[in-house]
Amino acid sequence: MDDATTPESEAAPAAPAMLHGVLLAESCGQRVLHPGRDQYLKLVRSLLDETFTVCSDLTAVDYLLHPQRRLPEGVAAERFEVVVNLLSMERRERLRLRVQVPEADATLPTLFDLYPGTEAMEREVYDMFGIAFTDHPDLTRILMPEDWEGHPLRKDYDQGRIPVQFSTDFASRRGGA
Amino acid sequence: MTDSIVDVIREGNDPEQGLKPRSEITARELLREVGSVLRMSEAEVAKLGDIPADPAEDQTMILNMGPQHPSTHGVLRLMLELRGETVLRCKPVIGYLHTGMEKTGENLTYMQGGTNVTRMDYLSPLNNELVFSMAVEKLLGIEDDIPERAVWMRMLLSELNRMSSHLLFMASNGMDLGAVSMMIYGWREREEVLRFLQKVTGLRMNHNFIRPGGLAADLPAGWRDDVLQLLEMILPRLDEYDVLMTGQPIWRDRLQGVGVITAKEAEALGATGPILRSTGVPWDLRRDMPYLKYPEVEFDVIVGSYGDAFDRYAIRLNEIRESIRIVHQIVDRLPAGDYRIQDKKVTPPPRARIDESMEALIHHFKIFTEGFKVPEGEVYVAIESPRGEIGCYIASDGSATPYRIHVRAPSFVNIQCLPHMMCGGLIADAVAVISSVDPVLGEVDR
Repeated sequence: MDDATTPESEAAPAAPAMLHGVLLAESCGQRVLHPGRDQYLKLVRSLLDETFTVCSDLTAVDYLLHPQRRLPEGVAAERFEVVVNLLSMERRERLRLRVQVPEADATLPTLFDLYPGTEAMEREVYDMFGIAFTDHPDLTRILMPEDWEGHPLRKDYDQGRIPVQFSTDFASRRGGA
Repeated sequence: MTDSIVDVIREGNDPEQGLKPRSEITARELLREVGSVLRMSEAEVAKLGDIPADPAEDQTMILNMGPQHPSTHGVLRLMLELRGETVLRCKPVIGYLHTGMEKTGENLTYMQGGTNVTRMDYLSPLNNELVFSMAVEKLLGIEDDIPERAVWMRMLLSELNRMSSHLLFMASNGMDLGAVSMMIYGWREREEVLRFLQKVTGLRMNHNFIRPGGLAADLPAGWRDDVLQLLEMILPRLDEYDVLMTGQPIWRDRLQGVGVITAKEAEALGATGPILRSTGVPWDLRRDMPYLKYPEVEFDVIVGSYGDAFDRYAIRLNEIRESIRIVHQIVDRLPAGDYRIQDKKVTPPPRARIDESMEALIHHFKIFTEGFKVPEGEVYVAIESPRGEIGCYIASDGSATPYRIHVRAPSFVNIQCLPHMMCGGLIADAVAVISSVDPVLGEVDR
């Protein structure tokens, strides 16, 4: 199999690998797809039809402090990245999706209708990163209290200044630091 | 409706987390509510029509179970909508144990990271450490260079950990269903396994023993006899459990046909581990996407057929037997060699070298203070923990701490099956259902 693939990639280095019209890259030997936001839902739907019946994980990364990360050509880096790990039990394969989500409009369509199990994962991403999933049935905070301010896993969430909820002596703490 | 919730959030308001009473929701919302897509057809919802706004007609009540409830295994809160004793809807409300471990992980070096992840699923800490170490090793590109002995040792510890976790399940499951003597027995046997783990790692739990590059230390002298003695003791006790519970009519009545889930539903919800296997899907990462040396040992993947709480109990009981089988093979085959990779970038120098070499001392110091740098990249590694697929996603920016570390906790996903398993059941069975999912709240909330 190696013999068949290597000459091909050597012959055409200019043409990047594609899957369902989406850029396919590799990271540590794992296959990673880089769909745009408009391609996202359509891509996941066709992958679901193509035996990727389990969404094992959905999470996000805030690349605020690391904007120059390595991305394949043609993918414009945005602040947020939603990372979806799909699993095909039939083929025993995993596939990862990295979707760029801009800070100005941090929304993404929900996968709830395709994988009901992503309901809680998307809530966690909303809670921790403030990325809203459109058409999600119950987009509420899941780990933090309802009245919490800010999204803790964002890189600009000030760790040194987290108000201690039950402390009455907050002002002096701030002065001391 | 499409954008309404997003608009609410844009305005800076967070919607409420709890289960809303029926008078406040529309039929479409009900259909789309947590997990209800699976349990209610469009036709059924259409039949419901507009939900009666008059509370007098509405014969249901919403009851909070937890967070301070002894059978919710920690601080799980379930909001149950009841009609009489029947559970109509259920919503798990979590987050009471959230301590921001993923955020903490961003400030710990890869060397220290193990102390953090090991506390997530505190009943299978070694599996957490293993998946974290494997992810870091994959980023470093040294996953194939781990010495054979280290790999087999990891497998030994991971299987013993699976046994201790399942034994604790036996105990808590027994306790939840009123078989209190089972609780005592389960804890007793688990303690025996932990005693061995303590001898190896120095701690009963939260070992931080499996580290990127290998393990913290070699097995202690006499470990082989200890392990064999342990296995010899536990195997007949499993048969005692069979006598005590498996064939017992009360036990079977409490579990059979309770909390049923089908294969399709479990897959759609992303459930893994014993929950998925109880529906008849023979999916075990140890066999299907093998890691360590699992292809070289013989074991069976235990599957159920009805997807009920009894199947999940029986699967875990028999998985202890399979783990014993695997451990026997490991004891026979554990090769000699190093217990960690001798890669100067990752592991500290051997203790003896520190006495004779200044460089080794500096190197040792630097590794533990600054840590080692991991090349830029991102990786997702998943293994089979006692509760299902535990995955570790690490994004590295090339520094000595992970830029982002995310743990795909099996309990977090499995707990989302609860609304579906409980629907239409009795509130008395709710305890059995929670117990059969075997959630660890430390991992759910992280």
